[in-house]
Amino acid sequence: MSTRRPAPDNLQPEKFAFTKENAKAINNILLKYPEGRKASALLPLLDLAQRQHDNWLPKAAMSEVAKILSLPMIKVLEVATFYTMYNLYPVGKNLLQICTTTPCWLRGSEDIVSICKDKLGINFGATTKDNRFTLLEVECLGACSNAPMIQINDDFYEDLTKESMKKIIEDLKNGKQPKIGPQSDRKGAEPINIKVQV
Amino acid sequence: MISSENIIFKDIYGFDGCSLAKSEKRGDWHSTKSLLEKGSDWIINEIKASELRGRGGAGFPTGLKWSFMPKVKNKPHYIVINADESEPGTCKDREIMRNEPHKLIEGTLLAGFAMQANHGFIYIRGEFVEEAKVLDKAILEAYKKGYLGKNACNSGFSFDITLHRGAGAYICGEETALLESLEGKKGQPRLKPPYPANVGLYGCPTTVANVETVAVVPTILRRGASWFSSLGNKNNTGTKLFCISGHVNSPCVVEEEMGISLKELLEKHAGGVIGGWDNLLAVIPGGASTPLIPADICSTVNMDFDSLKNEGSGLGTAGVIVMDKSTDIIKAIWRLSKFYKHESCGQCTPCREGTGWVMRSMEKLIEGNADVIDIDALKNVCDQIEGHTICGLGDAAAWPVQGLIKHFRPEIEKRIDNYKNINLKAAE
Repeated sequence: MSTRRPAPDNLQPEKFAFTKENAKAINNILLKYPEGRKASALLPLLDLAQRQHDNWLPKAAMSEVAKILSLPMIKVLEVATFYTMYNLYPVGKNLLQICTTTPCWLRGSEDIVSICKDKLGINFGATTKDNRFTLLEVECLGACSNAPMIQINDDFYEDLTKESMKKIIEDLKNGKQPKIGPQSDRKGAEPINIKVQV
Repeated sequence: MISSENIIFKDIYGFDGCSLAKSEKRGDWHSTKSLLEKGSDWIINEIKASELRGRGGAGFPTGLKWSFMPKVKNKPHYIVINADESEPGTCKDREIMRNEPHKLIEGTLLAGFAMQANHGFIYIRGEFVEEAKVLDKAILEAYKKGYLGKNACNSGFSFDITLHRGAGAYICGEETALLESLEGKKGQPRLKPPYPANVGLYGCPTTVANVETVAVVPTILRRGASWFSSLGNKNNTGTKLFCISGHVNSPCVVEEEMGISLKELLEKHAGGVIGGWDNLLAVIPGGASTPLIPADICSTVNMDFDSLKNEGSGLGTAGVIVMDKSTDIIKAIWRLSKFYKHESCGQCTPCREGTGWVMRSMEKLIEGNADVIDIDALKNVCDQIEGHTICGLGDAAAWPVQGLIKHFRPEIEKRIDNYKNINLKAAE
C-alpha cells in the first residue's frame, strides 16, 4: 500500500467554495444516487473539487465536501488519502503520469521515463519551477495493447516512441496541444495491418 | 480462427462509430422489448444454457451467479457493472466502452431485468475519462430514445443506469471493495459471506458483473444459447476478447473463439512474436496475476479456462503478455510484485506486509544478490500469503512469483552463482 498524507499547512488555502456552476453540477450528481445514500457522491464530489482547484485537493475542499454530504471530516480524509487520483499536493499545469508496469516496461517505458526526466529536468514526484509540469510514475492504466503510454491530465498518449515522446513535451512547452491517443498510424487497439474497413 | 459472422463486437476498433443510430444498424437494441417479454427466468436459463463464464477473471458460470439473487424481492435489487479494468495486461473493457457502449448498456438492462433490479451502476476506473464521456453520452441517448427510464423499451419495466467514476485504486476491481467504494468509502474488501447476492450495495441484494460478460448477453439472447455454446469447447464456450501486449509485432485487442491455440492467436492476429516463434521466452496468459507459462507449453496450449488451468495457469482476463528471449524474466515479474505492493489495500497483514517482502526479495534476485535458500524462503512467503487474506489480491501477488520459481528456478540460481563469482573475483 502507499502512504499518502495531505499537504502541509503552509500549502493549504484557508477557504474553498464551489463555484455556482459546480454547485448546480453537485445537485445533478446527488440525483443519481438513491434517497438516503448520498454518501455515494463522495468520490465524484472530490473529483469536482479537484478540477475546480488547479487539479489538487486541499483540506478546505475536503471539509466543504464533508459539509455538503453531512459526513465526518475523517471519512472524507480517509477516502482522499486512499485513492491515488486525488492529488494531495499542488501539481503543475500538465500532470504527466508514466505507466511503467510490466506490459509498458516490455515495450520500452524505461526510455519514455528517461526522456521525460531529461527534457523536464525533474524526477518522479517533482514539479518544474515554472509550475508547468509534474512527473509521476503510475501503475497500469489499462491500455496495454498500446504500450508504452502516458496519461497527461485526462488524456492518454499511446504507442509512444522516443521521438513521439520528445515531440509531445516540445508541443506542451510551446503551448501546443499534442495529438491525443496513439502516436502511431493506428486509430486504437487494432492490429497494424488492419485499416478502416467496415 | 473465428468466422466473421460469429463476431459479437463488430466495431471493437471504432472504425464505424458508436452513436445510437450506428449501434442500432449493427443490431443493438433490436426488439429488446421482445426479449424482456420472455421473462426473467427465460433470460437466466438461456445464459445458463449458453455456458457463458464470467469474463472478469474468475470464470464463474454467469447464469448460475445471476440465479443466486433472491426470488422474492423485499429490498431493492442492484446490478453493478465492474468496469474498473486495472489488471496489468488487460485492456478489453476499455474497447467495449469506447467503441461498443450500447452493447454494455443493453446488456445491463437485460441483466438487471433478469434479477429484478431497477437500478444499475457502472463503476468505471477513474483514469478512463474519455471512455466515461462516451459511455455517459450513450446512456443519455438510450434514455432519450426510451430504452432506459420509467418504461424501458416500452416493456413497463423501470430501469435506471448510473455511471460512477472511480478514483484510482486497483483493489476496487474486487467486487466487495467496489461496492464499498460505490458507497463512498475506502475500497477495502468485505468478508464473505454474506455474499453480495444477499448483502451487497447498501445492504441490498446485488450482482457484480464484468463489462464483457454483460455486453455479450444481448447477442446471446438474440442468436440463442445453442449458437454461443457451439463456439469454443465444452464448458469453455463462446467468443472472447483477447488483449495482446508485450513482445509481438502487432499488439492488439481481438475477438476470437474460446479455445484458440495461443500460437495461432499470436501469429494470426498479433503479427507473431518479435524475432519469430523460436524467440519466445514465456507468456503471461491472463493478466498479471496468472502464473507465466514457458515457451514449450505456449506451443501447444489452448486459450480457455480449463486448458490453461491444466497447465497451472489461468485464462483470467485474457490479457496475454508476451515476453521474448531479450526479457529479463526476473525483472518482469519483480515489476508485477511492485505493482501488487503498491495496490495492496493494507487491510490484511499477510498481504500488506507480504507484498512488500516479496517485492524486496525479488529485487535482490534481479541482481542475484541472494542465497539459493532465499528462493525457498520467497516461495514460502508466497505460500503463506496465498489463501490467507480476505480477498484475492494476496493470491494474485503470490501466483506470478510462484510461477517464476516453478519454471525459471535454474535461471534464478544461475544469477545467484554469477553474482557470487563476480564478487569472489573482485575480492581476489
